[in-house]
Amino acid sequence: MLIKKGAEANLYLEEWHNRRVIMKRRLPKKYRIPELDEKIRSQRTIYEPQIIHKAKEAGVPTPTIFMVDVAEANIIMEFVDGKQVKEVLNDFSPEERLRLSRHIGGLIGRLHKHGIIHGDLTTSNMILTPYGKVVFVDFGLSERSTELETRGVDLHLMKRAFQSTHYRHARECFEAVMEGYSEVVGEEEAKNVLEKIREIERRGRYVSER
Amino acid sequence: MRMRRSAASYCLGIESTADDFGVAVLSFDGEVLSNANSAYVPEKGGIHPREAARHHAEVAGKVLAEAFEKAGIKPQDVGVVAFSQGPGLGPCLRTGATAARALASYLRVPLVGVNHCVAHIEIGKLVTGAVDPVTLYVSGGNTLVSAFEAGRYRVFGETLDIAVGNCLDVFAREAGMSQRRGAPFGALVEELASRGKTFIPLPYTVKGMDLSFSGLLTAVVQLLHEKKHRLEDLCLSLQEVAFSMLTEVTERALAHTEKQEVLLTGGVAANKRLQSMLDVIAEEHDARFCVVPKEYALDNGAMIAWTGILAYQSNITLPVEKSFVKLRWRLDEVYAPWVEG
Repeated sequence: MLIKKGAEANLYLEEWHNRRVIMKRRLPKKYRIPELDEKIRSQRTIYEPQIIHKAKEAGVPTPTIFMVDVAEANIIMEFVDGKQVKEVLNDFSPEERLRLSRHIGGLIGRLHKHGIIHGDLTTSNMILTPYGKVVFVDFGLSERSTELETRGVDLHLMKRAFQSTHYRHARECFEAVMEGYSEVVGEEEAKNVLEKIREIERRGRYVSER
Repeated sequence: MRMRRSAASYCLGIESTADDFGVAVLSFDGEVLSNANSAYVPEKGGIHPREAARHHAEVAGKVLAEAFEKAGIKPQDVGVVAFSQGPGLGPCLRTGATAARALASYLRVPLVGVNHCVAHIEIGKLVTGAVDPVTLYVSGGNTLVSAFEAGRYRVFGETLDIAVGNCLDVFAREAGMSQRRGAPFGALVEELASRGKTFIPLPYTVKGMDLSFSGLLTAVVQLLHEKKHRLEDLCLSLQEVAFSMLTEVTERALAHTEKQEVLLTGGVAANKRLQSMLDVIAEEHDARFCVVPKEYALDNGAMIAWTGILAYQSNITLPVEKSFVKLRWRLDEVYAPWVEG
């Protein structure tokens, strides 16, 4: 069953060996010549599970990868049971909301500390499981980088996600994220990233009104 | 009863961000009365900003006179003067700005500073009838994907280093091609690519929504110097990789915004292969695909005049004493109240 049609890949919820799984398929793109198309799809099919694995090494929960079919550009991974953070955050009590935001900030800190840029940090790409664990999903736009710029852009996306989907709590949530982040990467680094985020905002590209 | 056209119903637009010096006269209802142009063609190498500016200064009087003559109006009939205020090459921008300031002061009419990238989108909308498109603007100096959202043209993706047109130009020069009037490097590469047979793998760099062409250029130039491949095959491969990158980012913006039109503009828009790729994604997303005709896709005065009219009608003018050029003026810094949405 198709659950998400993206520009780059489609997500399906499927039954696989008596398990509910997510199947991520990168379908051929007609506009590309086949040689290039196959290369891009297979490279990304190899790369994404690798970075998901790296995230686990960094201590960030991510879906378990069950199978990688490079020829079909198909990844079969765990269906993470739970709710998108997006769905629950607004209904939480202020304390719960801040605790969760702080926790998310810590996870982002771990990714960045290990040179992983998620690339699409929104509250819909984070699943809160019934056991209170937060699992990061969709590493389709991820890259390996330790540059301040990319970390700034990554966190800025998070800020923007709060502003658009959780605007009433955006400020406190993002502050809590940065607290959690700071605990992992250290105050100095967190300060540098915050300064970078301000610079990115000043550039205008991501500003809605000023 | 129709009113007689008042003096304020014509706008003169001056474009001078890079190698083109263009002057156009448009009526306020969007009719292009004239669109004169003179391009600086370097003897060798790329655009030398100072040399280009010298060219602009030399031809300014002639191009202005031509624009007035073709439009059939007198300078006194002009109600607004618009000029490209940025982004672009400093010396070139300053030459156009100087001409615009002088004219506006002399004629005692309002001056409007226009963002070059906004102008490309606005003229594209005017001539193709597109209303609210995802725009891919590809030229020698710019590579970006944009769509309108809440008061501004947002940038959904852009190059992190060089523009795609620049990448093609540098490769062509390295390969010993020489461009002529009417046959720019892009057209030469396209012609050779059409005779290519074998695809040679080259680095494909899409980072999130952004693109990078510098690594691709380095790699293809290296292969060129190794002399193991046919030039036709290198051209084919370069085009395939560069244009697939552009199409991927455009498709992502299209999927994200769910807009119903794709607008292709800029100098590279003339490339048939790029057009065909974008046509495919437009169709897949049930969007209308619009290519801006060459006259209005290349840098031109008409786009500046038209955007000047739109801004002027939204009461946006620029005092002469504040009309500094902005070399790195981003598209998404411009507040565009004239666009609905």
